[in-house]
This record gives sequence, C-alpha cells and structure tokens, in this order.
Amino acid sequence: MTFSPLPVLRAPDPDPTSDQDLRINEPVLVEWLVAFLRDEIVERRGFQKAIVGLSGGVDSSLTAFLCARALGPANVIGVRMPYRTSSPDSLEHAQLVADQLGIELKTVDISPAVDGYLAMEPDADARRRGNVMARMRMIVLFDLSAALGALPVGTGNKTERLFGYFTWHADDSPPVNPLGDLFKTQVWALARYMGVPEAIVNKPASADLIVGQTDEDDFGISYARADRILFYLLRGFSPGRLVDMGFPAADVALVKHKVDSTHWKRHMPTTAMLSTTSINDYYLRPVDY
Amino acid sequence: MDWPSRLTPAEYRPYTDFPLRYIQPGGNTPRVSRMKETVQLAIQVAAAQIKPKKRDYEANLVAVGDVIEQLETEAERLDLLVLPETVLTGYFLEGGVGEVARPADVVFQDLLRVYRERVHRHGAILDIALGFYEKSNGQFYNSALYATLAADGAPDDTAKLIHVHRKFFLPTYGVFDEQRFVSRGRTFQAFNTRFGRVGMLICEDAWHSVSATITALQGVQLILVLSASPGREFGGKTIGNLERWEVLVKGIAEEHGVFVVYAGLVGFEGGKGFTGSSRILDPWGKALVRAPVTEACIIRASIDLDDVTVARSATPLLADLEDALGDVAAHFQMLAHRPLTGGLP
Repeated sequence: MTFSPLPVLRAPDPDPTSDQDLRINEPVLVEWLVAFLRDEIVERRGFQKAIVGLSGGVDSSLTAFLCARALGPANVIGVRMPYRTSSPDSLEHAQLVADQLGIELKTVDISPAVDGYLAMEPDADARRRGNVMARMRMIVLFDLSAALGALPVGTGNKTERLFGYFTWHADDSPPVNPLGDLFKTQVWALARYMGVPEAIVNKPASADLIVGQTDEDDFGISYARADRILFYLLRGFSPGRLVDMGFPAADVALVKHKVDSTHWKRHMPTTAMLSTTSINDYYLRPVDY
Repeated sequence: MDWPSRLTPAEYRPYTDFPLRYIQPGGNTPRVSRMKETVQLAIQVAAAQIKPKKRDYEANLVAVGDVIEQLETEAERLDLLVLPETVLTGYFLEGGVGEVARPADVVFQDLLRVYRERVHRHGAILDIALGFYEKSNGQFYNSALYATLAADGAPDDTAKLIHVHRKFFLPTYGVFDEQRFVSRGRTFQAFNTRFGRVGMLICEDAWHSVSATITALQGVQLILVLSASPGREFGGKTIGNLERWEVLVKGIAEEHGVFVVYAGLVGFEGGKGFTGSSRILDPWGKALVRAPVTEACIIRASIDLDDVTVARSATPLLADLEDALGDVAAHFQMLAHRPLTGGLP
C-alpha cells in the first residue's frame, strides 16, 4: 500500500442469539402498567378491587405484584384453584406471592366440579381435560368476582397468545390484562425487577394441566428462541429474511405456523354478516365507548 | 423602539397575511427583519393535560372549566391556555365520532359559557386552544380551535372564535384509523392573536416536518401542537413515541426559531395510554417546563415572543428558507406533477 489505510468501522451483523431487541425499560414499564391498572380498573370501570387467579407461575405472580402496586395489597385477592393433579409447588409458590405482597389468598379446589363433569365423559383426553379445568377456573374467578366486587385481571403473555397456548374464552377472558403485549422473556425480566420470588421466576414455565408438563416441551422451541423470532415476524420481516439473519429455518417455520394457525383464537366469534349495521363490521365502537 | 405592552385586536397589525406574498424564485426577503414589525410581549402560557371521560362532552367541558377556575385563582394572570387533541371526548371513538362531533361555533359558545360561569373577575380575558371532533357541512374532522374568551366587563367584541385547524395528516395505520372516521383538513393557516401570530398542528401534522415549515413561513412566533399520542415501545430510555416527540418538537422550535407549546392527552382508553409530557419550548429548542407522562397536570411558563428575534438572528434558518423558497416550491411542484406510470416502471 502506498497510503496509510483509514480505520473502517463496520456495522455489526444481526445476532440471532441477542436479546437486545427484547430488552425493556423496567422502571418505566412498571410505572406505565400501574397507571394502566389504576385507569382501567378504578377510573374506567369503577372497581376498587382486583382478583387474580394465582397459579404459582410467573405470569400470575407478576400480575399480582402489579395489581398490589396499583391498588394496594388490601385491594387485591389472589385465588388458588388447584385440581387434584396440580403440582404442590404451584400451591406453595402462590402462597409465597400472597405472603410477600400481603394480599388475601383464597383457595378453591376445582377437583369436585371438574371430576363431576368428566365422570360423564370418561374418555376425555388430556387436551379436553385441560380445557375443562381452564374453563372451570374461569367460572370460579368470575363468580368470586361477582361475590367480592373485584375485577378479574388476566395474566396471559404475548408469546402464549401468539401461539394460541390458552383455552379459548377461558384464560384469555378477564377484561383487563397488563401482560398481554409482553413476550414471555420480557415477563421474566419484569418479574425479576419487581422482586417476584426467584423460585417462581427460575422454574420452567408450565400450564400444569398434565403432570410434568412444560410449555417449552409442548412448543418444541424455547421461549428465548421463539420470542426473538416473533419479534421480527410481527414487525413484518419475512421468514426468508429471518433465515438470512441466522435464525434456524425449522425454528422460523415452527413459530410462523403456530401464529398463523391460531389467529381465530385471538378474535371474537365469527358472525354471519347480513346487514350494513353488522356489529364490529359496520357498527364500530371501542371497548370503552 | 417603544412598543405598547399590549395591543388591542384593532390595533394589532399582522406582519404576514396568508396567502404568502413571497413565493417567487430568487426572492430577496430581508434576513432577520421580520420581528421588528411585531410587538414585544411577555405572555403567560399554560398547557393542561387531563384525562377526558370517553364520549362525555359535558363532563369534559366541566373538567376544562375546573382548569380555568384553578388557573384563575393563581396570582399571575394567564394569557393562553392550551389543551390536547380531542380533549372534549377522548380520542379513540371509531364510529362514535358522529355522535359526539359538534360545530366549532357550538364548542366556542360552550367554552364561553363555562368561562363566564367560572371567572367573575371584571373584564377578564383568556385565550384558549383545544382539540375536539368537529362537525361541519355533513363531515367530521379532528380539529383544534383557538378562541378568546372574555368575562363580563370586557369590550363587546373581545370574545371570539379566531381559528379552527383541521388535522391535515390523519394517521391511518396500526392502532390508528382516523381517515376511516374523519375527513382530512386541507390547510395550514396561521392566524393573528392578541399576542402575535400563531399556528396550530395536531399530532401527526407535527410528524411531517413540512407542516411546521409551512406554518413557520406564515410568520408565526408560536406553534401549538395538540396531541393524543398512545405510548408504545418500552425498550429505550423512555417510551418510544416520546423519544420521537422529543426530537420533533425540539426540531420545530430550533429549525424555525419559534416557541412551541405541546399539549398531550393523558389517561388510558381501551388499554392504550396517552403519554402526556406536555411542554413549553423556547425558540432555541429548550424545554422551559415539562409535564410527567401519566399524571394529569398543568404546566405554565412566561414567554417573551421577542426571543424569537434573538434566536433567529443567531440562526436564521427560516430566512434562508425564505430566500430559497422559490426553488423549494419548484421541487415540490415537480414532485407533485410526476407523470402517471400506470403501474409500469
């Protein structure tokens, strides 16, 4: 070379193992979600109290933490709704949350109600049995809501919503949900920030509908890998682009299929449109109108 | 040069009237001379960010009255109060717009009634700017009005509806669906007030730099930005849309040497929370006062409109633009008249 070369500063290549894009500003987010819960529960709907189904998992634990911050612990009721095969850890972890927050904790064993129905359907497979449990829990939650004057608060996160990993019009039915736009890995980060017990944050996520079940086994992909792919897919990046960025093609295909095959679960029932005043087609009003 | 501390509307002579007089190539508008023809005034401005009650126009009028009454109790008299976009109904209404929209003059008369109910100081005057859904000639608009309100004892012609700005750029993407429910405004029109020349922008208007540019070229010293900005993206130092607003309003003030009052709605509507953060910026782009993100509150500042002259003399970008305006306009004309390709390259 006859010249002295200039330094070259190169933009880094995309890193499919980086969590950079999923990072959250925890303090700002907590303040926002607390404001959300106060506005939506107290100001818009006129409730002073919230009721949260506590499964012992990170989603419902974090939801209880946020509700306690927003409304005060005296105005939050946690409900454990175990089935006879539920993990004992689930009960203990829910108790940990209630103790740490100082909220009221109720326990309603759903086994008699679930078994009462399933006695008439002895051939029901695990999926059907899980759906019956999930729906029974919502019967309990909404009935206690009416009894106690406390608004049910939902706990579903964005990853499970996008994967359709919930029972339609059951887990997804509480009218207010603070976590539904947070990926699971972001829920974990926020839970750590808020001081949710490590035993809850660190254990494998599980719907606990079948003994030994974990979410990631059910999915065939880890939350960490799924969330990074979901992040880009939802922003409009094509599957091909994601593969070019270094994401495994099989992972991208799996995630995309789960999202595409479950759109219906994220919508209201399909109604035959017959008029020019069809609700939600022509007659359009926001939920808080 | 001695200027009266305050001119009556009849005495006030605007520097620039619309349409612009200088759209010609090679124009030779003198640099930094504009403000010498306007009046120096220190004025008291405030922005109030409140949580409107969805679709309840009367309740929100009462809330605006509460703000006015509170400010009236303060020792220092307020000259101008700015409230956010759609503050009289809430923002997300979808097809409900048609049920709550009102003619601008009806809103003005209601505001005047509220003002006279709340303010009993003889001859009191307050200018007000606020956002509302407007009904006009069978169409609906997302509008902002600017009016002078006057209590008993003020001269007869003091109270008046001075201007209505209809949102020019209607966001219709993602969470927004405005153009489905309201019509688009077609002008950016500055207007004269008791204090000086003012322009208004509504939310996405300000996301297009051309809006503030057109407004600034009409000789304004003060731009009011009325907004209802739902918070989204929580990965950065602050909420994503706020980071954008930070750059936008600062850019408007700095580039054109104008004061900016930004009034942002607060409160949640169906899970979508508005990010408040109202602020008042001087013509160097510095925020003089800033409101929090989620809480309802009032901010206020004393601003001296003559600072516009000082700022522009140091950085005469607006004068540079005026000089080059003919060429700039020629570019826009060319771009607007590009041949149709019928979908072929």
